[in-house]
Amino acid sequence: MGIDWTDYPSVGFYDELLAAPGEPRAETEALAADLAALGLDELVARQEAAEVAIKEMGITFTVYSEEGGAIDRAWPFDVIPRVIPEREWRQVEAGLKQRVKALNLFIDDLYHDQRIVKDGVFPEEVLAKSVNFRPQCVGVDPPLGVWAHICGSDLVRDADGTLYVLEDNLRVPSGVSYMLENRLVTKRVFPELFEHYAPLPVDDYPSQLFDTLAALSPRPAEYPEVVVLTPGIYNSAYFEHSYLAQQMGATLVEGRDLFVADDDCCYMRTVDGPAQVDVIYRRIDDLFLDPEAFNSESSLGVPGLMRAWTAGKVALANAPGAGVADDKVVYAFVPEIIQYYLGEAPIIPNVPTYRCMEPADMQYVLEHLAELVVKPANESGGYGMLVGPASTQAERDRIAAAIKKDPRNYIAQPTLSLSTVPTVTKAGIEPRHVDLRPFILSADRRQVTMGGLTRVALRKGSLVVNSSQGGGSKDTWILPDSGPAEGQSQSQSQTQGQA
Amino acid sequence: MLSRVAENIYWFARYIERAENTARIVTVNANLLLDLPKGIAPGWAPLVDITGANALFEEHYKDYGERQVVRFLLSDERHPGSIHSALMAARENCRTIRDIVPREAWEQINGLYLYARENQQKGITKTGRHAYLRALISGSQTIVGLLDGTMLHDQGHNFLRLGRFMERADMTTRIADVRSASLLREAEELRPFDTIQWVSVLKSMTAYQMYRRSEQIRVQRGPVLRFIFQNNQFPRSVRYCVEHARSCLGWLPRNEAALRVIGRLARNLDAAELHRLDQIELHAFVDDLQLGIGDLHQEIAATWFPPPPVVEETAA
Repeated sequence: MGIDWTDYPSVGFYDELLAAPGEPRAETEALAADLAALGLDELVARQEAAEVAIKEMGITFTVYSEEGGAIDRAWPFDVIPRVIPEREWRQVEAGLKQRVKALNLFIDDLYHDQRIVKDGVFPEEVLAKSVNFRPQCVGVDPPLGVWAHICGSDLVRDADGTLYVLEDNLRVPSGVSYMLENRLVTKRVFPELFEHYAPLPVDDYPSQLFDTLAALSPRPAEYPEVVVLTPGIYNSAYFEHSYLAQQMGATLVEGRDLFVADDDCCYMRTVDGPAQVDVIYRRIDDLFLDPEAFNSESSLGVPGLMRAWTAGKVALANAPGAGVADDKVVYAFVPEIIQYYLGEAPIIPNVPTYRCMEPADMQYVLEHLAELVVKPANESGGYGMLVGPASTQAERDRIAAAIKKDPRNYIAQPTLSLSTVPTVTKAGIEPRHVDLRPFILSADRRQVTMGGLTRVALRKGSLVVNSSQGGGSKDTWILPDSGPAEGQSQSQSQTQGQA
Repeated sequence: MLSRVAENIYWFARYIERAENTARIVTVNANLLLDLPKGIAPGWAPLVDITGANALFEEHYKDYGERQVVRFLLSDERHPGSIHSALMAARENCRTIRDIVPREAWEQINGLYLYARENQQKGITKTGRHAYLRALISGSQTIVGLLDGTMLHDQGHNFLRLGRFMERADMTTRIADVRSASLLREAEELRPFDTIQWVSVLKSMTAYQMYRRSEQIRVQRGPVLRFIFQNNQFPRSVRYCVEHARSCLGWLPRNEAALRVIGRLARNLDAAELHRLDQIELHAFVDDLQLGIGDLHQEIAATWFPPPPVVEETAA
């Protein structure tokens, strides 16, 4: 049974595959036709094959439950890829590089002269109340002047097709391993489509990540000892930590594997004795890094690590304190930040944002809570936010009180009509909302993943894409502008066979 | 290799070995009791004596009845030496070394742990016990074989074997100690059943058939002790375990101190004239051996494992 795209119930949203029911976009016309020709039964079969592959490959994420401790869950995945034409992607890529370049200059400035504050572009009170500003980092010069080496920025597309940056994750962004694994799964279950469309490859990421980290080594003459620092097996992203370590050929360490000696160098305890560590890709938050400098209760970190880092004996990626630019109120100033440091207009716009710290904005937000999404400054994973249209009066009252109490801690944005992508569901092929998280690497140069992780809200109508809250993901195809390979189309090639 | 990873591999192997040995002694004791006259049989207390967990046992149970002891050894979560606890600890250790061991090993230990937990009730009943314990023993052996046959024979494999031989040597000395003590205690009435009991000692190590082949002599105290302590071909004898642990140590860096400790252990073992030792001397000898094994463990931990955490933490 073929798929009739005219039945596709996408109304009122921008769909990434179809301009309107029955009308594929110019750049996705061929793919829509191929998917239609495969038919629903075949797509469901491929979906099942993908789920088996994910189980076999052991692609998991960890969820806590009160009773059972941590549980490894199979990674939810949808087989229909999300397509972005290369032409559009190159613009996005340039915009992300611009953004991260400016953010790194911003962070460096905040820990040095604070020119942007003195020049009145960035309000002092925002800085003063930032929970991610680390006084311990003031005056520190990390290698190459870069603080956020790995950035994951979330992009969303609104009803009119505009792509916006929704937020920047500058602390320990996760998800890149799923981007890589999604590609492997898609190659397994759609080999023929894959060959035909030849989406641009994503698999360079681990080597690019390694090169980025290696470029930070304080001993440039030596082959750098790079390690991945994980909080341990119960962390929800442990799969990713161990995956990236394996892919880079780096050692996966926990805090207790490391120590800082009197020479301020950092060592790991190995069977052969102490081995000096040059670069730590840390996947634990600032406050747990070093019990001497931050949370003295923490046993996840390494006593003396900040001392080693400020002495330049070990590189940390991301640098401690980089999270200062990862605050949702700081986010609202990113267009000004880009303008200030680079003298350029932002290539990718921010989602229009109301800053509750400004009285007029706060007034507007309080009057329009039912239409807006309200976010606290320093939460991630969708926690603590209010989605106006889906909220109850009690929830709105609670957040209104919170905003009035601490306006600086809140921003609000219009509820976006996130774009959709056709998704295999129990009820057939239906639109589901997606976002996109590309990853940007910065050291001696800047590189952006080819596409990124497309996260999809698997529940009908839901806008929440977080895996901890019912989200899944899709492979993301950046299709070269030259279009599918010349010559045989899919259906022709299948008519050839043994005579 | 990270010290923490080496330690996890070592304990993973020890816990698997511990689960297997515990399953063995329970099986053999059950069979032994069927062969001995009621009233004079040593009962189930010696099994708790072997594990050295009497204080803990008495805290939770009123008497050393079959049900109580079997539950304590098989499924009691409060007993860190129970099969349940050992498999759980093995699984937790394996979780952190999943990049070192082949995927199948993880699946196997995971499956074994789940089997042990889901069939606990079966293990406690007289009729279900045999099949249950056999499944546990063969499950443990599968893991050992799988690892030997598929993982890299590098430093990690040395720590794996080291853990296995340390645990096995320790358990063998415990079985010999407790069993021979109980043999002596009721010497008079049990004299006619001496052979049966020594056979049971051998059987708890799957050593009976090998003893027959190797010693070609009827089962009696002297040769049995020699076989389980000093035979260098039987893989569960103390001598064999010590020798193979020594060869593992030989491959590791910075091994001087550990080699000295194990050299002392091997010399003590070789020098003993076991058939001349009476029960009290034998017990002292075994005590010495166990202290030696303990010293060796301390040395291994001090040389290659991470220092113990300063803050309170749940043990591995």
